[in-house]
Amino acid sequence: MSTTETDAGEMPEVPADPNAVSISINGRTVQARKGELIIAAADREGEYIPRFCYHPRMSPVGMCRQCMVEVEGPRGPMMVVSCMTPVADGQVVRTETEQVKRAQEGMIELLLANHPLDCPVCDKGGECPLQDQAFSHGPGESRFVEEKRHYEKPIPISDLVFLDRERCILCDRCTRFAREVAGDPLISFTQRGNNTQVMTFPDEPFASYFSGNTVQICPVGALTAQPYRFKARPWDLEQRESTCTTCSVGCRTVVQSSRDELVRYQGVDSDPVNWGWMCDRGRFNFQSVNSEDRLDTPLVRQSGQLAATSWSAALDAVAREMRSAGGAVAVLGGARGTNEDAFMWGLLADAVGSNMRDAQLDDGLPAAVLGLPQATIDSACSAGTVVLLAPDLKEELPVLHIRLRDAATKRGLRIIEVSSHDTGLTAHAWRSVRCEPGAQADTVRALLADPAVSSQLASGDVVVVAGRANLAESAEHTVAAIDALLAAVPAATVLPVLRRGNVRGALGLGLAPSAGNDAAAILESAANGRVGCLVLLGADPLSDVADADLARRGIAGARFVVAIDTFMTQSATHADVVLPAAAYGEKDGTTTNLEGRVSNVVQKITPRGTSRADWMVAAELLHMLGKDAGVATLADVQKLMATRYPAFGAAVSSAEVRRNGVVVTAPAARPAASAPAVAPRSSYDFRLVVSRKLYDKALGTAKSPSMANLAPGAAVIVNPLDAERVGARDGAGVRVSNAHSSLVLPLVASASVPRGTAIVPFNQPGADIRELVRRGDSVTDVRIESI
Amino acid sequence: MARLTEENVRLAQEIISRYPKARSATIPLLHLAQEQDGYVTDDAMAHIAELVGASPAEVYGTASFYEMFKFHPVGRYVINICGTMSCALMGAEDLMHHAEEKLGVRMGGTTDDGLITLERAECQAACTEAPCLQTNYRYSFRVTPESFDALVDDLRAGRLADEIPPHGVVARVRQHIPADRGAGVHAPEDVKSAPAWLDGKAAL
Repeated sequence: MSTTETDAGEMPEVPADPNAVSISINGRTVQARKGELIIAAADREGEYIPRFCYHPRMSPVGMCRQCMVEVEGPRGPMMVVSCMTPVADGQVVRTETEQVKRAQEGMIELLLANHPLDCPVCDKGGECPLQDQAFSHGPGESRFVEEKRHYEKPIPISDLVFLDRERCILCDRCTRFAREVAGDPLISFTQRGNNTQVMTFPDEPFASYFSGNTVQICPVGALTAQPYRFKARPWDLEQRESTCTTCSVGCRTVVQSSRDELVRYQGVDSDPVNWGWMCDRGRFNFQSVNSEDRLDTPLVRQSGQLAATSWSAALDAVAREMRSAGGAVAVLGGARGTNEDAFMWGLLADAVGSNMRDAQLDDGLPAAVLGLPQATIDSACSAGTVVLLAPDLKEELPVLHIRLRDAATKRGLRIIEVSSHDTGLTAHAWRSVRCEPGAQADTVRALLADPAVSSQLASGDVVVVAGRANLAESAEHTVAAIDALLAAVPAATVLPVLRRGNVRGALGLGLAPSAGNDAAAILESAANGRVGCLVLLGADPLSDVADADLARRGIAGARFVVAIDTFMTQSATHADVVLPAAAYGEKDGTTTNLEGRVSNVVQKITPRGTSRADWMVAAELLHMLGKDAGVATLADVQKLMATRYPAFGAAVSSAEVRRNGVVVTAPAARPAASAPAVAPRSSYDFRLVVSRKLYDKALGTAKSPSMANLAPGAAVIVNPLDAERVGARDGAGVRVSNAHSSLVLPLVASASVPRGTAIVPFNQPGADIRELVRRGDSVTDVRIESI
Repeated sequence: MARLTEENVRLAQEIISRYPKARSATIPLLHLAQEQDGYVTDDAMAHIAELVGASPAEVYGTASFYEMFKFHPVGRYVINICGTMSCALMGAEDLMHHAEEKLGVRMGGTTDDGLITLERAECQAACTEAPCLQTNYRYSFRVTPESFDALVDDLRAGRLADEIPPHGVVARVRQHIPADRGAGVHAPEDVKSAPAWLDGKAAL
């Protein structure tokens, strides 16, 4: 025997992982970790165990008993439920013995005893775990001859979700999701025994922002989503993986189409981002892409009317105006598009010598917060403390809410919340303090003086989640509060929760305002006749800028307005040229989420009419202005982008951009914030908070028929004691006024609002609160009177 | 349709204080609601949800598991006739037919005057006394058509009012646990020593 050969046993010893165990699955020795479930270890090793109730992102319940396996025990092999049994060192697991097969077939037979087997008319047929596993692990026939259970089918349990109780196999996935993940336990098992059924409380629908996830994880066709019902068969679907750009969380999704029409989005499990979940707004707004109201041809104003024309005529007009405007070209928006769109428009703005551009519409934080040390969603969730100086995340960035809620309820994260009213995370916060608009920095300083808080902050990593919580106050108040916190905890990192889909990409790729020349300043310049050509790149200032008066003056004062959008927005009706833009799902590219994570978005269907991607419009205009960038394809744009922004370039060209994405953060110089002075509030007045709800008049929602009616409507929400003081009943109309304007809103009394504060949701059907908001005001005070 | 009365909210709070977790009081509070209205109303369930920090759907899910909680108005007296083996052998079917005829309602129905609801029940654990029935969960043994008629006549004449309280009243004497003996003040895992009121005596 040769002595030169090195035996594996003589290899240098690697320190043993104390959590590593080795188990045998079907005779193969595999490594697992302590606490891991047998089914999870088997999944990782490619040994499939059938299951219905087990879901890797939820706690195991052992409801369906389908995942029985045989484990060698002291008294011989025993049957265990593999989704409830953790691995143990030396464990011998067999998943394919005769005994296991009998158990699996028995379970399927029982599950099918009451299942209607209406697969030919069931939306789930073709992608149904019950159907698939009945074939792969079922007995093939049934001994049951009895009449099956009958229920009315299907019944709506919310505006979006239908429930067919006959098909339900009671796996507890939807109810568990609602309780454990979404925190909206609005559905529950009711009745008992053979009559057990999932049901809502009478007259209280399953109105969860996350209800669509229950449809996706339902292992049978019991839950179906209204927008997809009877739209397609799974085998007719084509799909590509993409990133949702409805908000800046950037959930990974698959975009599915049938006959060149979007029919469904499904969440994809991306570990650093969305864990497979989506919010309903992101999930169902594909309907707006299919809307009949989409713009499909360029329009040019001729004798006062917008009239259809050709792209060349429209672009000619735009190029002419840009040329004659000299440097006085302004670009507002860009957050709706891809990184490539923003980059090309930044290039165009550079080429025409414009120093007026902003991807935000005075509704976020100064772009400088992106220069602070950055956190990621994962680092926030694994931190010791998260300080929330942010809007209600459940309303604005729902899946980030889910992640933080999970970290706070299961992983020991402590949340310190500074907000004007109760939010979705208040119940899970370690400390939740109320502060009036304008008092954020003082509140943070007061918090820091609390020894319990300072020792908590000193005990581990600290992440500040910062966003614009109130559109009726200066953004500088939030910035000052961040500064106060960073002064006390210099090692803290910041997760900026700017809401718009690709706002971070747009700001980082050439559409950030220069030297304080932000959207508000640009609109002011336009109002003063200093903007020759105003480009609205997927921006609608007349609907979205909090100071309605400023927006009106700006649009009216701009000499020439170009709107590039998917719909005829309010602002577009005032434009001189309207260009139809390709929507989400109609163009390839990349997007950047709130962490700076660059991931791809894909084209799945043909753009509507003659609409094009924004970058193509910019490239064309550059050519017409004699400054051709030499790009003809998206790859050209990405190549050029890589030369200007190497970090983005590297991210875009990596393979990971098509999976979990690559985080790009660009450090930047940051001026110190100076919070504007706040005058004391007169005790007769209310300090106004204008904040967003998930469903509003935004076009993606309003043009999606299934969600169009979900916006709660304009109202003024005050504390019940304040409502008493005003002398108005819940629901009664009250006059809300200040020096700027006056309007009538229904009053809602809610204990979630502290006294002296009035909350008015933004962009809702009804009277427009923006008439009372002025950009220059540090805070907004209003008077509320009964009428 | 009614939320809990002020008096019952006070009682509810006392009951909740007996448990380490407020949710544990859900079923006692459902009994309280049923005692108040004769059945469990939607408003009461929503109110209980507020009191114990659950969602109304969760309270409804729990309540609907139990046969003894009613979600629709029932008679002042609910007569449950046992139909399981021993009683069936001893003539429960005939008794049920007789009862339906006597009261003029089908099983599950309530008499027009709202006095009596007739139900078929599973085994009531009195097999030696078959056939048996319960009126608001109070037994009658070895029931014959004649004794059933007598029972109904007594109920109608109010002669059993002292013996059988209206539906929903589990017991006429309510248990009160003095605050200093409230076990629910501490979660079980936090209890390290015997409570002081045991005065050194063994816990059992």
